[in-house]
Amino acid sequence: MALLEFQNVSKSYDNVTKALSDITFSIEKGEFVSIIGPSGAGKSTLLRCINRLVDASEGTIVFDGHDVRKAGKAEMRQMRAKIGMIFQHYNLVERLSVIENVLHGCLGKKSAISGMAGHYTEEEKKEAFRIIQEMGLSDQVYKRCDELSGGQKQRVGIARAIMQKPKMILCDEPIASLDPKASKVIMDQLKEINQTKGITCLVNLHQVDVAIKYSERIIGVSGGKIVYDGPAEHLTKEIIQQIYQSSANDLIMDLQR
Amino acid sequence: MIFCGASLVTQFHLAEGIQSFPAALHWIFSNLIPDETAMERLPKILDKLVETALLSVAVTVLAGICAFFFSLLGSGITKIHWSINRLVRIVAAFFRNVPDVVWAMLLMFSFGQNILTGFFALFFTTFGLLTRAFIETIDEVSSNCVEALEATGGRFIHVVFQGILPSSLPSVITWVLYMIETNIRSSTLIGILTATGIGYLFDLYYKRLDFSSASLVVLSIVVLVLVIEGVSNKIRKVIL
Repeated sequence: MALLEFQNVSKSYDNVTKALSDITFSIEKGEFVSIIGPSGAGKSTLLRCINRLVDASEGTIVFDGHDVRKAGKAEMRQMRAKIGMIFQHYNLVERLSVIENVLHGCLGKKSAISGMAGHYTEEEKKEAFRIIQEMGLSDQVYKRCDELSGGQKQRVGIARAIMQKPKMILCDEPIASLDPKASKVIMDQLKEINQTKGITCLVNLHQVDVAIKYSERIIGVSGGKIVYDGPAEHLTKEIIQQIYQSSANDLIMDLQR
Repeated sequence: MIFCGASLVTQFHLAEGIQSFPAALHWIFSNLIPDETAMERLPKILDKLVETALLSVAVTVLAGICAFFFSLLGSGITKIHWSINRLVRIVAAFFRNVPDVVWAMLLMFSFGQNILTGFFALFFTTFGLLTRAFIETIDEVSSNCVEALEATGGRFIHVVFQGILPSSLPSVITWVLYMIETNIRSSTLIGILTATGIGYLFDLYYKRLDFSSASLVVLSIVVLVLVIEGVSNKIRKVIL
């Protein structure tokens, strides 16, 4: 059975215009899928419907055998704990240290009191240190996050997501505010997590070439609808133009084929 | 033209006004410089001053804590229901927009000339003002990290204590320190009404025409406010 299934999902913020309309797709365990499309096409909304940061208006979303939209509060929290998320603006608590931010990854499993007080077990701390080391941030463990560079902040974001031991990681434009070098580091790290830990990755991207290079499968979204869903190598110039609704001359892209 | 007309109507004479300056200065220097009897009263004044200062600190801190949790309900991040947001803002505006002196006069009916009257008068205005300020702070500072902590499956209380509180702490503390300074000034005025604290002493000396002691009270308040300002600047530097 698929890890994630969308069936005829629609979302409207104002009951007039549809941010998503009739979205149907499914994602198998271990896939690395990119979603591309113009700004405002509904990519972020689609991602946020999965962990209910945004509530879908119609349709069914099934994650890991649970109906996401019908889940109660406690069930929703358990589900969220199994889904990591990485953001364009990193969304760290900037005034806390790296280790504290990474430990936030296990808040989903904490009781109200111990999570509130920031009380973590010895194993959780060891695990956090191990992940930070893996991310190459050993020298920054006790630094406050507002002292870090953009690339380092995003790596803290990834570390926090891994700390959740998630089945799936959602990435909302993970490299949109990073320079090309940091972008490569982040994408390589996501790819590695996907391959070594078998964590499913669903990534919103602006850069078509990055999507083609890193993902096996690409979903093209335009105007709230899926206009392409297939392997990366079948994505042609014509389809890209259709996704972005403009001619090739108006797009910055470089397809080597 | 307007000035001349107005002067004629009100019988205000600029020359006479200016002429009275030397006499006024003379009066100030002869009456408002603290003399020996005033200095003898210094321990008593300091005692009341400390009482007033501590009251202001206690009120502000308590109001700050209450305002923080109340403002969570009024900020955009809790989104329980839009009517609750609106209600919180209206309540805060009500407490804030009634001046503390008016609160003191109203509360005198229920508590009498009591220290509690001053306490609640200050508490209400401080609570209203801080709630408003904290709502803005919370909305501005923490929407990003709230989203992230919710996405990890954290409970609301986790989000508040691990996300919102650390992010908004600097500006929360800045606001509280500022309100402590303001409240020391206000509590003097309220003290005159409620016959408590340093305001009572000032009123007493003033009505006895003991102007040198009254001016010593004023000077000591100014010194206290300056000291508090200095201390809070230090605290701000350490925290930020």
